[in-house]
Formats: sequence, structure tokens, C-alpha cells
Amino acid sequence: MRKSKAVIRSVMKCHAGGEKMKNDFRLRQDICKQTYFLITVATFTFIIGCWILATVSGMVKPMFLPQLSSVFTNIIEGIKDNSLCENAVVSIYRITMGFLVAAALGIPLGILCGSFKKVEAVIGPLCEFIRYMPVPAFVPLVMVWAGIDEVAKIVVVFIGTFFQMALMIADDARSVPEDLLSASYTLGTKRWSTIFKVLIPAMGPRIMLTLRVTIGWAWTYLVVAELVASNSGLGYTILRAQRFFNTDAIFAGILIIGILGLITDRLFAIAIKKMFPWDERSSS
Amino acid sequence: MMEIQPEYDVQQTTGLEESAAKSKIRLCNIDKVYETKKTTFTAIKDVSINIEDNDFVCIIGPSGCGKSTLLHMLAGLDFPTQGEILINNQRVTCPGADRGMVFQTYTLFPWMTVEENIKFGLKLKKMPVDQMNEIVDKYLQSIQLTKFRHSYPRELSGGMKQRVAIARALANQPEVLLMDEPFGALDQHTKSNMQLLLREIWQKERPTIIFVTHDIDEAVFLANKIFVMATHPGTLKQVVNVEMGQNRSLDIKDTMEFINFRKYINQLLYAEHAEE
Repeated sequence: MRKSKAVIRSVMKCHAGGEKMKNDFRLRQDICKQTYFLITVATFTFIIGCWILATVSGMVKPMFLPQLSSVFTNIIEGIKDNSLCENAVVSIYRITMGFLVAAALGIPLGILCGSFKKVEAVIGPLCEFIRYMPVPAFVPLVMVWAGIDEVAKIVVVFIGTFFQMALMIADDARSVPEDLLSASYTLGTKRWSTIFKVLIPAMGPRIMLTLRVTIGWAWTYLVVAELVASNSGLGYTILRAQRFFNTDAIFAGILIIGILGLITDRLFAIAIKKMFPWDERSSS
Repeated sequence: MMEIQPEYDVQQTTGLEESAAKSKIRLCNIDKVYETKKTTFTAIKDVSINIEDNDFVCIIGPSGCGKSTLLHMLAGLDFPTQGEILINNQRVTCPGADRGMVFQTYTLFPWMTVEENIKFGLKLKKMPVDQMNEIVDKYLQSIQLTKFRHSYPRELSGGMKQRVAIARALANQPEVLLMDEPFGALDQHTKSNMQLLLREIWQKERPTIIFVTHDIDEAVFLANKIFVMATHPGTLKQVVNVEMGQNRSLDIKDTMEFINFRKYINQLLYAEHAEE
């Protein structure tokens, strides 16, 4: 109680006077951390509040929007019979594998693509072309190519992330300032030592940022991947629930994926800060 | 424009062959032509420059005269369309550790501390650790940044960053130090201090320095010899020997001598605009 009072008081201090209030809406004006946090909490509270209001009052039928409590009951049931945990582990495994393979191929390929025009000529247009192809349309083909076991799901996640990732990494490589590479040459590096000693360390933070963005997409393609003759995984539970119009189970699955995605994103954010303390942008 | 020429040394084209063969650095009849589909644009036309060992020279000229391009060619980062560049009678074909360079933009490696930055070139040469530390200590002292040994570039001011960049280039003991408007982004006060520091380092160690700038004050203060360039196309207009003694303090900027040199070079640069 006392703590929350202290928070409120310091927030009040942040906002001393209307003049200050006005300043908060100057472009890119920083606000204090507590204010930021409070606004975020308020937003979530508001949305959840609206949800509860709409469902409890009976304005929206449970078939369209389930009650929050029944979604939670669904999640708790899942935890109790261990099915939620199992499905989550299976899904995390699929995402991790698909993502790791995509990164293991996409990062080196992207770096080559961003460094050598001839490699770019081979890979660039091809990736641009393929990345616009609808991933779900590949699903039947993947079944033909890779069967119906785990590999198939990993392949779908891979297709969904690899091509975008390679292009983004290539862009990261191009964004390293020319003068930094020139400076390296005048200090004695040759072509490959410039790539390994300067280009790659310089683009380190950007590589991690690209991975952070693409792993978000991997979560999206998970649901697509689990369309492939699946009988486990979070995406599968959503699909099964859809078949029976089990709205609360659909929401439970979506919420869990959202939370797992959020956790991965935070982990990446923390890792980036820890890995690159020298980065100009990661200041304060 | 014509009447101001004779009183100063103008590099003679006659007898160039014999004297030039001895010069450490020689740019011989450099042309740089950019070709697009419709037009050909001559950026640099027939520029020949000879630079002696241990000299401190400035190349000055209006923007677009190709002075920076010349420097990049010396570094091996750019190539002449015609003509050749020789250092110790060796043709320049690619960049190398024998030609250190300091850029206008900040080019310290941000993931390395000040110390690691200075060591970068030495590590590539696989120098023994003791010797490496000795050199780092020496240069940290001469750029007055010993305290910042373990700092990252993001913690340094612009002037400090450029000081480390100079130390990093010099630690490599290059044949020549190329400087491309390295103080261009600094405020006036920091700039003056950097000029003084650089001149002092030169006094002590006598590295060969080629310094590109468009700042007349800077050129007169730093250089023993100034190559004045003209634009459209970039040509060498005149060579001015700055005879103001070797030991220079910032005070000389107020002397009559200095002001006269400044006026003279200003005239050389300005005369071209009057022509147009």
C-alpha cells in the first residue's frame, strides 16, 4: 500500500503542472518509467475490463467471446492434466528447431549477400520472390516432401522465417558504414578478415534484433505448421477447438502463445542488452 | 589571378623526372573520370604531386575538387582512371597497413575499448604482447587519454574519438598517415586543440602526413606545404610552402605572417569563383 502511494507520488512529481503535461506530447519526449508502466497496466486493465463487461452482462454471446473465467478454467484444466505443458513443449521444440536451422543458414547467407554483389544477384531476387509466396499453400507439398512427422512441421517454420531472415540480415550487413570497413583495410585486414573481425562484430546488435523480429513470425507459422497432420502442440489444440467451436479453448491457446511469445521477446531484449553493452543505441 | 603567382614557389614541371624519382610519394598524372550512360564527368584532371618523407602537407580546395578522392586513391580505396600512384616506388594497388587513415566520420570499432582499438592493427601483425603494450602506452600518453584506456567509444566525445583514431593509425607505424578532414565535425575550440596536438605529434615523431581540408586556417597552421586545388575539373593549382618555422603554437594564428598566408590562399581559392 505504502509502495503504491510512493509510486503515485513520484508519478505526480513527473507531472507537476499542466506545462509539464504539455511537454510530454512533444515529439519523442521521454516520460518517466513509472508513468510508462502505469499507462501499460491501465491499457491492459481497460481491455480486460471491457471483455468482462461485455461477457458478464450478456451483451456478447459466449460463442463469439467466452467469459474470461472460463478461459482461465480451461487453462487451469490444461495445467492439471498436464496436456498444456506437453503441447507447449512440443511447440517450443518445433519453433526452436525450425528457427535454429533458418538462422544457421540465413545468417551466413545474408552476410554473404550483403557483402558481395554477385551473391546478392543469386540469392536476393530469389528470396524476394519466395517470401511473397503463401506459406500455408506449401503445407500439402511439405507433407509430400518431408512426410507427416516432426520434420514436416520444422520445415514449415523454416520456410516461414528463412527467406525473410536472409534478406533482413543482408540489409544489416549493408548498414555497416563504409568508412568502418575502409578504416579496417587501412589497418591491415584483407577481405575475409574484414568480414570476420569488423563486419560481423559491427552488425552483431542488428543480427540479434533481426532474430528477435523473426522469432515472432516463427510463432505465427507454428499454427500453420501444426496444420500438417498433427496431434500435438499449441497450434493443434487451437485447431481442434475450432472444429468444435470451443471458443474458450481457442482463446486459451491464443493467450498461451501470446504469453510465450512475449517471454521470448523479453529474453531477446535482455540478451541484446547484456551482449552489447558497447552499443550506442542500448544506452541508459 | 595571374599576377599573384610568381612570388611563391610554384612546382616546376621541368626537371620533375629527376627530383620526383627521389620522392617518397608520387602521384603521376592522375585522371579520374566517371562515366554514365549519357555523359562523362572528369572529376580530376592531370594531377601530379610529389611528397617527401617526413613532410606534413595539406591538400586544400573547394568541395568537389577531388581532394578526398585523391586521398582515397593513396589509401588504395579508390583508383585513378589514368596515371599511377607510387609509394617508395611501389605502385599502389590495394589498401594496406602501410597507409594509415583517419576519416571525418567516427570509425573507432564500437565494440572495442580504446586500448583494443589502438591494438587492432598491431594484433594483425602478431606483435609480441610486451611490445604492443609499450606502443599503446606511448600513444595513450601522446593523445592524453591514458585515463580512458578501458572506455568504449560511446563514452568518448567527438574530439577524443578522433584522437584515438589518430593513435590507432600511428601505432601501426605506417609509411604515411592520410587524414580526410578529420576535424571537420568538431567545434572550433576542440578543433584548435586537435590541430595543436597533431602538430606536436608530428614535431616529435615526424610521420609523413597528408591532410585534406577545406579550412584555410587549418591548412596554414598544420602544413609545411599546401597543395591548392581548383575545381571543375579538379586540378592542382599551386603549391605553397608555408615557411613559418617548425615549432608552432596557436598564437601564430594572430601573426601577420599567418594572416598573409591565409589571405594568399583565400585569394587562390576565391579567384576561381571570380572567373566563373
